[in-house]
Amino acid sequence: MSKVSASGLFTISVVAALLGALPAPAAEPVKIGILLPLTGNAAAAGQASKAAEEIGAEIVNGKHPELANLPLAASEGLPGLGGAKLDLVFVDHQGNPSLAQQLATRLITQDKVHALLGAYQSSCSFTATAVAERYGIPFLVGDSAALNITGRGFKWVFRSTPIASDYAATYMRFFDDMKKQGRRIAAIAVVNENTDYGTSVADSIEAEAKRSNVAVAIRIPYSASSTDVSAQVLQLKEKQPDVVIFISYTSDSILYMKSMKNLDYLPPMVIGDDTGFSDPSFIPAVSDIAQGAMNRSAWDIGKPGSTTYKINEMYKAKTGRDLDDTSGRNMQGFLALAEAINRAGSTDPEKIRLALSKTDLKPEQLMMGYNGLKFDDTGQNILASTYLIQLKDKQYQPVWPANAAAAKLDWPMAGWKH
Amino acid sequence: MLLLQVIVGGLLLGAIYALFSSGLTLIWGMMNFINFAHGEFVMLGMYVALLVVIWLGGGPAAFGFAAAFALFMLGIAVYLSLIRHVMRGPMLAQILSTFGLALLLRYTAFWIFSANFVSLPQSALSGTLNVAGILMPVPQLVAGLAAIVLTIALHLLLTCTTVGSQLLAVAEDRSAAMLMGIRPDRMQALAWGLAAASAGIAGALMAMSYPWSPSVGETFGLTAFVVVTLGGFGSVPGALYAGLIIGLIQALSAYLLGPIYKDIVVYALFAALLWLRPQGLMGKA
Repeated sequence: MSKVSASGLFTISVVAALLGALPAPAAEPVKIGILLPLTGNAAAAGQASKAAEEIGAEIVNGKHPELANLPLAASEGLPGLGGAKLDLVFVDHQGNPSLAQQLATRLITQDKVHALLGAYQSSCSFTATAVAERYGIPFLVGDSAALNITGRGFKWVFRSTPIASDYAATYMRFFDDMKKQGRRIAAIAVVNENTDYGTSVADSIEAEAKRSNVAVAIRIPYSASSTDVSAQVLQLKEKQPDVVIFISYTSDSILYMKSMKNLDYLPPMVIGDDTGFSDPSFIPAVSDIAQGAMNRSAWDIGKPGSTTYKINEMYKAKTGRDLDDTSGRNMQGFLALAEAINRAGSTDPEKIRLALSKTDLKPEQLMMGYNGLKFDDTGQNILASTYLIQLKDKQYQPVWPANAAAAKLDWPMAGWKH
Repeated sequence: MLLLQVIVGGLLLGAIYALFSSGLTLIWGMMNFINFAHGEFVMLGMYVALLVVIWLGGGPAAFGFAAAFALFMLGIAVYLSLIRHVMRGPMLAQILSTFGLALLLRYTAFWIFSANFVSLPQSALSGTLNVAGILMPVPQLVAGLAAIVLTIALHLLLTCTTVGSQLLAVAEDRSAAMLMGIRPDRMQALAWGLAAASAGIAGALMAMSYPWSPSVGETFGLTAFVVVTLGGFGSVPGALYAGLIIGLIQALSAYLLGPIYKDIVVYALFAALLWLRPQGLMGKA
């Protein structure tokens, strides 16, 4: 008898404690579906972006007064929706565009997500955004650069990252600057992987180069899954361009650097168009033979104490690595989406879409080095921009433009001759 | 001169194709069994090499041997635990079993090693030989030559030794071999061991020149099928010629036509050959 009443008392006290601990009915969480390549060839990049978006959710959901210049960091959850938390649903499209399409459908119809984010490979963003448009769910593209993702007359697709034409224009401005400083840039070579991403960026570079009177000595499209790239390196060696631009994914960019050393071909400068050159595997694999290689990035860790530095510390504590540009652009996309949902004050898709279209973030409200965040009629961020960085020892440092530079540009690159 | 360079590069890569394909052709020829996990064996060989270099700091001889030994044991274990049983089942079960094995190995590797690309430290073997203006990266040269030697050694083992005759006897007529006192089970386990070992050592050799991640097996598995079909099912010399030919065609078409055409050229020639000579270069009609 006494036993029973004891356990009964215990149950009652537990229930009472639980009831007491419960806050006022919490606002429904906001579900965000995120498409990334979590396995397959680009899995490393996909996993890195996933970690970055999880940090993004932590910043929004938790209290982070130390990051107060970022919208939603200081408060807990989304104040506009009664403190609602963000709930992330990750799916793995393996870099396969048709799988990305299926998963986007599943996220919308079964998981009932309120907004979508993704999807790394341009080819996958291309198919997944079409699904979002059909169902009328807002889709924010954080890092895919191919031109054709926006500009299809879609109402529901927004893109925070700079795109192929922005990058191409940046390279040409850089070459112009270099020529003014007396460096010879008569001809360039463009080496691109042959899916949407590589093709789109390479097309834009060719077009911009023509406009800026820079000759493209050779353009080499190839498949990113190649096991051997010696033939391509020999083609470059034959043409002797002043700069080689690689638009490459991970294994292929490592392979190019190694093959260039093996075949003793070092051009005056190599520029990697982010992606493979920013992959967490790139520096450990080839930093000793690719000294001085350039890359583009809108991410800069910054000085100790700065917001970006603190974000990097959070990311480092989670993954053991510094945040990279690709993951950073995805995190920025995530934060911009959260800011719009908060402003919408609702999970109604149309209200989120309207809020996104009215987004107007200033540079100091961003973690990336964009000039701001403001979408045009096609959904493209018109204030997106990027720096150029250079590999020095085991780290990239901003070297161009001058106002963002933290180190002096080394030209020609040293490669393995240092 | 550049053309000669392209040819040398293609042949060196082709030699490695030959080595790992010879393992596939051995099993195919002996048991009429298609091993879809062969590319994964190559991938595991690469990781064995990495672990040996990191933990023990060995050179190519050490990690090559370690990869061969580890994969030899794995091959035997796979035969005893899986293949022996599904051999009695329908054809479809056989195909699906190794396909499942491939996925199991690949995702176990993802789990253990993560999806990041890795490569052997530069110090493992480096440098480039310059022979009359032709540049030969030492790792590729060593890998290519070792692959040719090992493929020939496998061929000699099959044709010139008692064990080889026993292996071939089982392949020819299982019951007749049993009547002669040969235990087919042991011989087939040995064949799986040898096949996996050749894939493992090829992986270790390639690890010296190429970065990889757990999904690399897919590419190599497909290449091995093309090489084996071209060379003729069950023919090790056929695999050697076919490997060299495919390496050469890939390199030449990538250089002369552009890299995106190299697979088109390979598969077009492959389809044409299947039409004209379905048994492959060296296969029995």
